[in-house]
Amino acid sequence: MNSEISETVETASAGEVAARVSAPPRVTPRAWEVAGLLALIASACLLPFELSGFRLFQFTQVFVYAIALLGLNILTGYNGQISLGHGAFYGIGAYTAAIMIDRWGVPYGWTVPVAGVLCLVVGFLFGLPALRLEGLYLALATFALALSVPQILKHFDGWTGGSQGIVLSRPAAPLGLPLTADQWLYFLSLGVLLVLFMLGWNLLRGRTGRALVAIRDNPIAAEAMGVNAALYKSLAFGVSAAYTGVAGALSGLAIAFVAPDTFNVFLSITFLVGIVIGGLASISGPIFGALFIQFVPNYAQDISKAAPWAIYGVFLIVFMYVMPYGVSGFLRLAWRRLTRATAGTRPK
Amino acid sequence: MSPRSRAFALVVTLCLALAHGFSYAADPGVTATEIKIGNTNPYSGPASVYGTIGKGIAAYFKKVNDEGGINGRKINFITLDDGYSPPKTVEMVRRLVEQEQVLFLFQTLGTPTNTAIWKYMNDQQVPHLFVATGATKWGDPKGHPWTMGWQPTYQTEAQIYAQYLLRNVPDARIGILYQNDDYGKDYVKGFKDGLGDAAKKMIVMEQTHEVTDPTIESQIVNLKNSGANVFFNVTIPKFAVQAIRKARDIGWKPVHLLNNVSNSVGTVLKPAGIDASRDIISTFYLKDPTDPQWKNDKGFKDWSAFMQKYYPDGNTADLFNVYAYTVPQTLVHVLKQCGNDLSRANVMRQAANIKDLALPMFLPGIKVNTSPTDFYPIEQLQLARFDGERWVLFGEIFDAGGKHGM
Repeated sequence: MNSEISETVETASAGEVAARVSAPPRVTPRAWEVAGLLALIASACLLPFELSGFRLFQFTQVFVYAIALLGLNILTGYNGQISLGHGAFYGIGAYTAAIMIDRWGVPYGWTVPVAGVLCLVVGFLFGLPALRLEGLYLALATFALALSVPQILKHFDGWTGGSQGIVLSRPAAPLGLPLTADQWLYFLSLGVLLVLFMLGWNLLRGRTGRALVAIRDNPIAAEAMGVNAALYKSLAFGVSAAYTGVAGALSGLAIAFVAPDTFNVFLSITFLVGIVIGGLASISGPIFGALFIQFVPNYAQDISKAAPWAIYGVFLIVFMYVMPYGVSGFLRLAWRRLTRATAGTRPK
Repeated sequence: MSPRSRAFALVVTLCLALAHGFSYAADPGVTATEIKIGNTNPYSGPASVYGTIGKGIAAYFKKVNDEGGINGRKINFITLDDGYSPPKTVEMVRRLVEQEQVLFLFQTLGTPTNTAIWKYMNDQQVPHLFVATGATKWGDPKGHPWTMGWQPTYQTEAQIYAQYLLRNVPDARIGILYQNDDYGKDYVKGFKDGLGDAAKKMIVMEQTHEVTDPTIESQIVNLKNSGANVFFNVTIPKFAVQAIRKARDIGWKPVHLLNNVSNSVGTVLKPAGIDASRDIISTFYLKDPTDPQWKNDKGFKDWSAFMQKYYPDGNTADLFNVYAYTVPQTLVHVLKQCGNDLSRANVMRQAANIKDLALPMFLPGIKVNTSPTDFYPIEQLQLARFDGERWVLFGEIFDAGGKHGM
């Protein structure tokens, strides 16, 4: 499993990332990319006025998952550290928001950054001892984290409400904006998503990104070149946890309820599925991964009530066969083939 | 707005207008020929053992439809898998209410899952009927007038043990063992409420355990040493077995009250030892399908015929399948009582207006009763004593009606 993943990572994206970060950006595709991106954002801003509250809620979930997946992708995709415990950070983020709102009456707007900072610290501290663990051993350590968090949450029931959880009210739109709660949450998570993706993009395409990838691909060579592996690995852990914590806080606001058993091991595995399906070590991958983990289980249930997870499994296998580098890898290859084909046929 | 999205908006508006034009009543989910009912159940995930309840209910509605439906309307029962995960429940329930436009929700299963949609359902003013959980909080007509439970709550059951003790064991010195969470605390609260002023005098020791503890043997020793002659055992099956065994091993022979979470003969009493289990007392409200005394009972025979015809895959030894047969009968009663006024408000009014409804698989004497101030449909249980082979019902039906300490 380990070797398979790292192999995929190396063949799929190490080269890609290296090429993207080292080569000077070409002008034409970038203009295209920017235009496409702007069109996407514009249509995302129009959607809330077209769709029902239920659909908006689903897309809000997609944005929230995408933030968590980008976080995990920084750690696993770019830095090569496998985590089976990101559901725990998601849970810590959600509970931070819930406890601050419910117990201390803090305005909900503050809870999202606080959840991020708290998870940054927790993730960084967890990353320090985890440094000694590689590959599968780290996966097991994070697995332990995922197992223990629901029970820890139940233990401190004075704060967390025990297994009954905490019920919240969904935040209304501020400043008298004429938006429903669903529309407001949609825009809020879209905004957070855009900011965090910009930050992530800036982080990953520069020195830091190169260092993370170098550590993943050849830690010894990276250290020989003067990369502080220990620092970068803990940093990757912290930033990754912070992203996931922010996502958790947003999910707490959107669902307006937190309960310990929501943040179980299965959630952590779902995140891992999301980044692999979306495409390891890519910025757009988390969006596709989030769409997958949000909608495919529902389609599977619509196809067969008797065995939805078997259908889900079939989807997984088909995706991995057809798009071994994830959806974003597939699109990148398809785009390149397309441009090459048109370039070839163009008369000189 | 792009032309395409404008076209889309137009189509949506048209559809909505059409749907409105054809709908029969003011509230969604009802036409001249159909009543749409929504449900979530854990068909997958950690609690999937309860999935049989959703399947059994769907089978029962099929039977109702085969027999002509309710006032000429067929029931369209839409049941979705939430995997016992609250966020998924929220999503599925919003789909049911906003997209499928169900008239109401029925028997959504689980305490955390229902807690997640509790406020939403009451904000939307959509009936949230007969939720499948034993927690006590669902009977709150003032704070949550659109939500109602069904089965006897943990507090109800505990009050019945308390009444039994007050009447039959006046010199009771009670030791309690309970799981240190909401489930255990709900029982203890009901028990103390039931004992009233006598609680301080009678309860000599309370011991707790965590669900993660490996054993509870030291707690049993402590309870024995406290001089208790009554043991109120609020544990899940794994710990119930240990408690029964340990009490016998150290020669403690109290009046042993065992919560009905753990009163299965097959999974608790037999593994704990038939001798050690003899004379334990617990409670029931449904007919146990494995109990031979119902062999010739009409209710049991009808249930067997139903299982054979509509749910042949279902396990006929499983009490959940009796439950899944009886719950929709309560709902059918409510819908018949609604007549032709199938508005959400009237469904809720009629659900809060059930008088002495006896159902075929209830123990004789058990009845459903609700009122605008009483959102606890079943508040009666019958005590049973284990005779070494099976549970023998004894005494009259106990009624905790109106004694919920909300």
